[in-house]
Amino acid sequence: MPIYSEKVMEHFMHPRNVGEIENPDGVGNVGNPVCGDMMSFYIKVKDNRLEDVKFKTFGCGAAIAVSSIVSEMAIGRTLDEARNITAQLVADELEGLPKNKFHCSNLGAEALNNAIDDYLEKKKKQGGEE
Amino acid sequence: MRQVYLDNAATTPLLPEIADEMMPYLGKYFANPSCLHDWGDAPREAMENARLQVANLIGARSEEIIFTGSGTESNNFAIKGLAMARQAKGKHVVVSAIEHFSVLHSAKTLEKWGFEVTLVPVDGQGLVDPDAVRQSLRPDTVLVSIMHANSEVGTIQPIAEIARITRENNVLFHTDAVATAGTIPVDVTGLGVDALSLAASQFYGPKGAGALWLKKGVRIMPLLDGGVQEGGRRAGTEDVPAIVGLGKAAQLAAGSLTDRLNRLTSLRDRLLAELPAKIEHVIVTGVALPAQHRLPGHASFCVEFIEGESMLMLLNIQGVAVASGSACTSRALKASHVLIAMGLSHELAQGSILFTLGIDNNHEDVDYVLEVMPPAVDRLRQMSPLYAKFTRTGKGGG
Ligand code: FES
Repeated sequence: MPIYSEKVMEHFMHPRNVGEIENPDGVGNVGNPVCGDMMSFYIKVKDNRLEDVKFKTFGCGAAIAVSSIVSEMAIGRTLDEARNITAQLVADELEGLPKNKFHCSNLGAEALNNAIDDYLEKKKKQGGEE
Repeated sequence: MRQVYLDNAATTPLLPEIADEMMPYLGKYFANPSCLHDWGDAPREAMENARLQVANLIGARSEEIIFTGSGTESNNFAIKGLAMARQAKGKHVVVSAIEHFSVLHSAKTLEKWGFEVTLVPVDGQGLVDPDAVRQSLRPDTVLVSIMHANSEVGTIQPIAEIARITRENNVLFHTDAVATAGTIPVDVTGLGVDALSLAASQFYGPKGAGALWLKKGVRIMPLLDGGVQEGGRRAGTEDVPAIVGLGKAAQLAAGSLTDRLNRLTSLRDRLLAELPAKIEHVIVTGVALPAQHRLPGHASFCVEFIEGESMLMLLNIQGVAVASGSACTSRALKASHVLIAMGLSHELAQGSILFTLGIDNNHEDVDYVLEVMPPAVDRLRQMSPLYAKFTRTGKGGG
């Protein structure tokens, strides 16, 4: 299948951080408006840093590789740093994506962002207990 | 590792004996069959022999066979050429919703040329209701085109029944038999059609070789203007090697049709029965067992909660070559128009997977698929948010 880089294939074959986090601090879901696929990210936050990130993905090979690498890129980062993980960065990190699969890298960045939003929202609701 | 090719709907392998037959026409018999000198004799005779072989395969007369460059060309030719030749009578054309794009997009082009097109729906098995065709006919209808069988879901259409209706109404009837000619019995008289497309690449012949059968007396507007090849209906120097290959493929198919059919059917039926038994939440797309109105080598499914491309990739790594109609596998990122026309949800269509067997396959291949497929599905389901939701709530399954 030469359409994907070796890095994409490697992450597709051995995706990191698959799963859900029990009692996550934030959850981000995103549906793909292009092909109808779906991604969910779960995050655990400690001291403003992403202590753990897990994901579940219903989608193509690229979408699975994207989820995997986004989770890897995100773990250990501060929330602000994680916000800077863009679709382009994700695609670069994967050594490129085919043109018609670029939108899949959007999904990953977006799902992670949504999870961070969810976390901040929850925190606000709790009245800044931390 | 075992290599199992199960994508014969995309194209079949070229049989070595067919390649052998073609070789001289790439070499010493290179001449133009239109030439009057001696050099033209051998290629011309070979071409006319091939015409007879193709005619014999479908119960036609050899002068009714027009060679083309592909099934796609045959379909373009039939849809545009037949409609345009009859436009004085009317400008309405009827096709089914699950036709190949070479038919559907040709119909779209006709719309640009001032025609109106009616799409006939299909039921959940992909079958066209002949009554729906009857109801779609208008006084200005000039052409109906319904495929003999669909290569994505394997459904074989009631062509003879539809032909009775078009005949009563004096409307031309074309059928795209690319998926059936050379695979199941195809007899133009029995089917009752006026035009029929076929392609060598679907029955162990070469690519680049198709034919349009056109009933004697039916007028058609050529798509290619130029010389008087093919009776002036398809200009251009003939691809003699490909035509010879098509002829040989037709001859071999005619001689072994029943054998091939029985063999493929037994393999297919195992997949149709055993795959859904081994993997939960798998539905057969098209006609389920006993699958009479289904192509003999065709087994297609939707696997719930996962997506086709990732399945295809995991199977590919195991040496199994298959296809999928999922949105992610299509270059346009659209779900298969066939599955959607059959009423499947977009979510379910994402899990489309399609095994098309060929004469090289055997029971060990089927065993192998049944062995490697369940863990692949399992792996993807473990990653799937839809599956997680289903196991939590029991909802979303079908
Ligand atoms: S998720 Fe559908 S194309 Fe990538």
